Amino acid sequence: MTSSTADGTKAPPIKVIVAKPGLDGHDRGAKVVARALRDAGMEVVYTGIYQTPDSILRAVIQEDAAVLGLSSLSGAHMEYAKDLCKLLAENDRTDVLFLVGGTIPEEDGEELKQVGVTEVFGPGTRTEDIINFIVENAPER
Amino acid sequence: MDHLNAVKEPAAGSARVEKWKEERLAKDYERISPRRDEYKTLSGLEIDDVYTEDDVKDIDPVEDIGLPGEYPFTRGPHASMYRGRPWTIRQVAGFGQAEDTNGRYKYLLAHGETGLSTDFDLPTLLGFDSDHPEYRREIGKIGVAVDTVVDFHALFDGIPLEEVSTSLTINASAAILLAMYRVVGDERGIAGTQLTGTTQNDILKEYTAQNEFIFPPAKAAELVVDTMEYGAQVMPRFNPLNACGYHIRDAGATAVQEVGLTLSAALCYLELAQQRGIHPDTLAPRVSFFWDVHNDFLEEVAKMRAARRLWARLTRERLKCTDPRSWLMRAHCQTAGVSLTAQQPLNNVARTAIQALASVLGGTQSLHTNSLDEAFAIPSEEAIKVAVRTQQLILHETGVADVVDPLGGSYYIESLTSRIEEEAMELIGRIDEMGGMIPAIETGYANQLIADSAWEQQIALESNERVTVGVNEFVDDDRSTGGVELFKPDPGVGERQIKRLKEVKSSREEKRVAAALRDLEAVAGDLHHNRMPEIEEAVRARATVEEITDVLRNTWGIYQPSTVF
Repeated sequence: MTSSTADGTKAPPIKVIVAKPGLDGHDRGAKVVARALRDAGMEVVYTGIYQTPDSILRAVIQEDAAVLGLSSLSGAHMEYAKDLCKLLAENDRTDVLFLVGGTIPEEDGEELKQVGVTEVFGPGTRTEDIINFIVENAPER
Repeated sequence: MDHLNAVKEPAAGSARVEKWKEERLAKDYERISPRRDEYKTLSGLEIDDVYTEDDVKDIDPVEDIGLPGEYPFTRGPHASMYRGRPWTIRQVAGFGQAEDTNGRYKYLLAHGETGLSTDFDLPTLLGFDSDHPEYRREIGKIGVAVDTVVDFHALFDGIPLEEVSTSLTINASAAILLAMYRVVGDERGIAGTQLTGTTQNDILKEYTAQNEFIFPPAKAAELVVDTMEYGAQVMPRFNPLNACGYHIRDAGATAVQEVGLTLSAALCYLELAQQRGIHPDTLAPRVSFFWDVHNDFLEEVAKMRAARRLWARLTRERLKCTDPRSWLMRAHCQTAGVSLTAQQPLNNVARTAIQALASVLGGTQSLHTNSLDEAFAIPSEEAIKVAVRTQQLILHETGVADVVDPLGGSYYIESLTSRIEEEAMELIGRIDEMGGMIPAIETGYANQLIADSAWEQQIALESNERVTVGVNEFVDDDRSTGGVELFKPDPGVGERQIKRLKEVKSSREEKRVAAALRDLEAVAGDLHHNRMPEIEEAVRARATVEEITDVLRNTWGIYQPSTVF
């Protein structure tokens, strides 16, 4: 989201990585979210499917992304999200806004938030809510 | 007596309707304005206020509608439909190890399911073994783990394969699992001619929608042709290809796109076979279809009727099929997974029941009803039982199964059927101009089409142009599943499955495995050589899914997923 800073110069767009970990191919949600964020003025890179936690971390570092959105519909969200929390911490990226979306049962979501995921967006989330959350919470870069 | 004359000799159709619109309808709208500015189907087709004889005047009752069980099969593939044999109640199941899924099969059969259907885990779908270091966390999660034919034996243990038909939801590695099914039958003494069921095996929709592919599309499509020819030769009552609209629709396509893209893919396989000198009449009778039955009740009924008619015409006129069985579209339906909501999950029971009713009125041969908890996890036993009961009450309580095609002849249904047929044919024509389904995938055309439709639907939802009950209207915090406990995957599955794989590998005859894989390698690159005999021998030798897939991966390479959104 392009916003004006105090001295009137334009802030650079928020950089977002939208990622699909593992072998899950269901990416309708990931693509819709990516498009909504791009339309909201953010700079979005979609990794495509079949990513590993390492390849996702590399994308975050390479793009110096402020936000990582992980999409999972395969039931393996706990393992992948926890791995990424660990990798982000090890690589000094704990300030990255780490969002997880997909078919995430509520109690899993609570657990993920305790280990370093910033927010979880389940089925039926409005893209507007994700955009607002990012605008309000993304770290400056 | 003027008014009596008017009743006896009504003004010619359109004038009478125009008069009604101007005088009668307009008056209503003066008092009560329309609820919406414009009315459209869920797929965006505009809908008029009312449908009359005017809207069906170009539809021929014999040529276009016909009778059930007769060309062009608009009214159903069979004459007696459910008055004779009801549709198959076929709930998909798959999780954990083979024994776990086998237990779920037996539970379902005990509750009145009449056909089996299997989901496989992601490593199996993508040609990896359970001991692959990268994908261990996916073992048994969204389906059952299968590494070798030993797992297949356990999966179908105690199930009479000569009596029950089995659907295998497998695509990229379908050739291997089809061979496994045949080998399990053979090793149990069941002849290939007794085996019935389906492998999904519509690889082209993986590139456009479901995204579970391995090889480049042109190579993978040739492997599908191998399985179709093999099926016709060794298991002639089995459907090796189930052309799928389901995933295309769930990924965001409209009903028209679902029909157009699915039929284009089915044509592609049959035309590739033709290039090998195999006449479509050899394979087409065993092509089945799979539809996603969504929320727009009447549109879904019309879609299924349109698809049957269009397929009959395409097989007869374009492929020059002369065997009536080639013209006949048989279909499985599943209620729309994408329509389920995590909000107020009990509402999903009502949604699914209505979608199931549309599937039946559309004339399905087989049906999966989704469970109320599927927006969260794979279904629990309690939830799946309600889904099975939903089908049973449609069959036994509502009366809709007691008459054949009860909606046939409805002005709206017939008009919408024709419209969907025409628009789907237009899409097929556009794909033909691109050179067929494979170029439509490789250029990104099909993916963009679906992504754009998905985006439009999201906008419609978020702008409240479309109401989803419990999501953008009638919202509350209710997440109750009515006491149904969500299914929890067993964390010990992976370790047990890896242990079993080790045991199989240490007890098999390595020489035979190596020879079988070498033989497959020798023929893999010849696109017109049917590879199934070599794959079957590798399966018999207890080669693993990954070992067999690797031979093809090394020969054909892999396809890079798209990052377009």
